[in-house]
Amino acid sequence: MRDAIADLVRDGDTVAIEGFTHLICFAAGHEIIRQGRRDLTLARLTPDLIYDQMIAAGVARKLIFSWLGNPGVGGLGAIRRRTEVATSARPGDPEGEGKLPRLELEEYSHFGMVGRYTAGAAGLPFYPIRSYFETDLPKANPLIREVQSPYGDGVVYAVPPLKPDVTIVHAQRADAAGNTQVWGLLGCQKEAAFAADRVIVVVEELVDEAVVRADPNRTIIPGLIVDAVVVEPFGAHPSYVQGAYDRDNQFYLDWDAITRDEEALQGWLREWVHDLDGRAAYVEKLGAERVAALKPGSAPSGSVDYGRYQ
Amino acid sequence: MSGAAFSKSEMMIVAAARELAGQRVCFVGVGLPNIAVNLAQRTVAPELELVYEAGVFGARPARLPLSIGDPTIVTGATAVTSMYELFSFYLQGGLIDVGFLGAAQIDRFGNINTTVIGDYADPATRLPGSGGACEIAINARQVFVIMRQSRRSFVDQIDFRTSAGNLGGAADSERIRREQGWIGRGPSVVVTDLAIWHFDESGEMRVDSLHPGVSIDDVRAATGWQPRVSAELATTPEPTADELRLIREELDPGGAYTG
Repeated sequence: MRDAIADLVRDGDTVAIEGFTHLICFAAGHEIIRQGRRDLTLARLTPDLIYDQMIAAGVARKLIFSWLGNPGVGGLGAIRRRTEVATSARPGDPEGEGKLPRLELEEYSHFGMVGRYTAGAAGLPFYPIRSYFETDLPKANPLIREVQSPYGDGVVYAVPPLKPDVTIVHAQRADAAGNTQVWGLLGCQKEAAFAADRVIVVVEELVDEAVVRADPNRTIIPGLIVDAVVVEPFGAHPSYVQGAYDRDNQFYLDWDAITRDEEALQGWLREWVHDLDGRAAYVEKLGAERVAALKPGSAPSGSVDYGRYQ
Repeated sequence: MSGAAFSKSEMMIVAAARELAGQRVCFVGVGLPNIAVNLAQRTVAPELELVYEAGVFGARPARLPLSIGDPTIVTGATAVTSMYELFSFYLQGGLIDVGFLGAAQIDRFGNINTTVIGDYADPATRLPGSGGACEIAINARQVFVIMRQSRRSFVDQIDFRTSAGNLGGAADSERIRREQGWIGRGPSVVVTDLAIWHFDESGEMRVDSLHPGVSIDDVRAATGWQPRVSAELATTPEPTADELRLIREELDPGGAYTG
């Protein structure tokens, strides 16, 4: 992980750590914090706890998103403090003394973000969607623009392509070439990876190429577009990996108190990110009991027969 | 009738679930809609297809999903889709009967704010934003809303329009929907911890049913405009023992939604 982040994530980059509730690569986010990256633009539909942590650590200047919260629990304090008028200010604001620097926001809806990655991946100048009519979102974000159908049958809204410098995807498994397989919620990792200049895949398990080839329908990202494969078991904790471990909901609940208090949050970052040298140390610190408690029961899929054609 | 004691939140969730009787495909929003829809699937609408924006059609959650991206919505579901497919083909393709949303602020015409309190550029309170709500409100055939009501949430003017309701009223809304070819007809019911509201012919919310123990003055005190009241104002039937058992023992034993 250390090498992948050092080689592929640079100051000022636009970085997308995608995964909708499922497969959020906290391990990569923590490594970016440890390596002290600065001025990143962070893109993600749901910033979740990982971007709250990264923004509190000072790695980012801008956030591109569509839903800002701690899913099922509440708010993200670090981001709110850098967004709300009572606690944050833009550079040069005469009333800004003692306030945190204002985080720049670029805001869409979920479908808008998905459309942006899709346009980025497909080389399109924009993506048209039937959303935003009669709302204040296009006023809040002038990059959301009304376009006429060239066929004269009405109006839709366009969103611009999003092409991250780096997309980071967590997955159940990949082979050494980066051919990556996922099951469970698919989110928009495929679109975000194809849209990116550089792709880092982080997996629970490295498998032989034959495992991938035995079930090609499950491959979402081909090794062709992957720059680094990192094996990092439990790298998505406290989010989850379908079939491997459940969401650590206690962590999400506990975060609610931590994120409300800037000092507590900075203390958490010291203890769980800066003072550890990587994910293995983090898992050890979590403890075997907590890790074991997150293991789900078994529910295997039936298998299919692809047939042999010679 | 159970005769058992119940909370305002439990009454709200039960009343919201009952509104789904007879519906087929429901897009489940973040927060309170999640528990209401899961209760409906266990009671009045066993055939209800649950659609989650995370990319699931036909979820059969074995536990109440902790969030709308919980692994329990995947195991045993009819289909897992990419978010692109979900929003493009299921939602924009017109397959959603009910979009079930929550809200931070709502106005008399059912327009919703989940973005900011105060000025957008310099907000007093930063709220989550749209998520999928903005496109659900336009593309689901009808919209149900569940939210706690107070003068802070039921307001004369919302601070930001995140999701379109009946815009400036029924005439305005019907004209714009027709001109722009929206699939959705807009909001049809708002269930709160005090009452059930439907929308009258002018497109404005009207109190149709008060929850047990709630007076119309309680509702007026918690509404930021002078509310319209049905001539046949009803009392919402109390939660049954079975509905309460499902909420307390199966869906929300920790009291996350009802505490």
